[in-house]
Amino acid sequence: MITERDVEYVAWLARLELTAEEKERFARQLGQVLEHAEKIKSLDTSDVEPTSHVVPLRNVMREDVVEPGLTQEEALSNAPRRQGGYFAVPRII
Amino acid sequence: MGELYEARAWELREMLRRREVSAVEILRAVRERVREVEERVRSYITLTLDEAERAALEADAALAEGRDPGPAAGIPMAVKDVLCTRGILTTCGSRILENYVPVYDATVIGRLRRDGLTMVGKANMDEFAMGSSTENSAFGPTRNPWDLERVPGGSSGGSAAAVAAGEAIWALGSDTGGSIRQPASFCGLVGLKPTYGLVSRFGLVAFASSLDQVGPITRDVRDCALLLSLIAGHDPRDSTSLQVEVPDYLKAMEGGIEGMRVGVPRELMQEGLTPGVRECMERCLAIFQELGAEVEEAGLPHLDYALSAYYIIAPAEASSNLARYDGVRYGLRVEGEDMLEMYGKTRARGFGAEVKRRIMLGTYALSAGYYEAYYGQAQKVRTLILGDFRKAFERYDVLVSPTSPTPAFRLGEKVEDPLAMYLSDVCTIPVNLAGIPAVSIPCGLEDGLPVGLQIMGKVLDEATLLRVARAMEEAIGFRERPPAGRGVG
Repeated sequence: MITERDVEYVAWLARLELTAEEKERFARQLGQVLEHAEKIKSLDTSDVEPTSHVVPLRNVMREDVVEPGLTQEEALSNAPRRQGGYFAVPRII
Repeated sequence: MGELYEARAWELREMLRRREVSAVEILRAVRERVREVEERVRSYITLTLDEAERAALEADAALAEGRDPGPAAGIPMAVKDVLCTRGILTTCGSRILENYVPVYDATVIGRLRRDGLTMVGKANMDEFAMGSSTENSAFGPTRNPWDLERVPGGSSGGSAAAVAAGEAIWALGSDTGGSIRQPASFCGLVGLKPTYGLVSRFGLVAFASSLDQVGPITRDVRDCALLLSLIAGHDPRDSTSLQVEVPDYLKAMEGGIEGMRVGVPRELMQEGLTPGVRECMERCLAIFQELGAEVEEAGLPHLDYALSAYYIIAPAEASSNLARYDGVRYGLRVEGEDMLEMYGKTRARGFGAEVKRRIMLGTYALSAGYYEAYYGQAQKVRTLILGDFRKAFERYDVLVSPTSPTPAFRLGEKVEDPLAMYLSDVCTIPVNLAGIPAVSIPCGLEDGLPVGLQIMGKVLDEATLLRVARAMEEAIGFRERPPAGRGVG
């Protein structure tokens, strides 16, 4: 059972502003999906290792040589706001 | 062959080499077709016909000088708008990226450019590839060329619809839980999800990083083998990319399937199959036997839990991947008094309902107090599913199932019922969780709508997969085209 309060808390964690209508709707729909997901809890997995990735993952390193990358202009080209060669944002504190 | 826009890529390639047609003529035919049907089908978010024209002219110039213009040259392609294209709008079907112009190419695009890529446009898709109908696009739905009242499937619905409607000869899609195979199935096409790590994900806008793969959507298995061979292979810019030799898929595809062992997971033949899908499956199993393969029912008991595990794992990864859309470096920004307000408002306006739902679901599943019960448990279930496949492939060369339990459904039918929508991926999702390759080929019609056969293979055994697909394609002999009237035939 997902309450609107749960929804508000999770939306805050996810940095999503929700309307009152969305809160009500998501509470209902998330409840339905989670109810379906309850099914996995019935499996005994006490001896099972989790899988986060299907390929054998190792750190991949390359030679420490300078390669061409994005220019500052390219990196900033999609910025909604920029100032003096930086990304500009509203006040943080 | 009828019109040029209905041809297969390999046919056009041979005609181009023999100088029976020019790349410009092929493009003109496709462009005319786009003009004729795009208003009704809406396969594309962005058309790139001028760029395609330049590529076609270059291909013709090379051919005139006796040079090889490359295997993709002059063959009009639709590219799902999830792949970054340098200098060309890449929206991912989202408002939050509606002005995003990448400064680099995805690796698959870079490779295809060297091979002569002739791109018609960026194809429509469910926002951030989340959906099974292409109704979740911020730019409106795509319609199924077989029946304009129905969805083309998703999330690569624009790619599939473009190929089925003659608005492209072949296409690239991406597949996280079925997003290549299910639309290919709904549109009467061939769609392949490669082994995880075979095709580079660099420049593919991330949805669920441990599940996403890029792959071909084509009109036949030969085109599928050809396009796969052009995009497969190691990429140092994708650290999950596998260091493997890419076999000659065109050669590997021949040879038939006599003596092969085919398993039919009973868990994928249960609830929700329509009578027509069941009938098509039974006919396919009979054909397998006629071709000399051994067919047997198989048990992969944990597949019953795949959908539940997927709808924890995929949203969890998505909620983390989509944290980057914060209005700072690219994409939409809605100004606020401070940083937090800007984040909240930007994401509220920029994301559509399904994306918000999945971000919420994933954030919930990863949050303190629920992590072990949901995400941790889902990862363990993933291990059990992998184990089932590993065991099954000790006995079988391939596994088969329907691609989707039903043919294409109506627009609006499932859009308000997320769980019903998710269930349409029940047969394709286990494949992504296991990282194995699978292909969907058309195998019949139900009420005039295409039905797909899914063939699943061992890790990195695309060769066998294509060989089985090729043999079945020939034996099934699916020749149907979208009808006039309710479709765009």
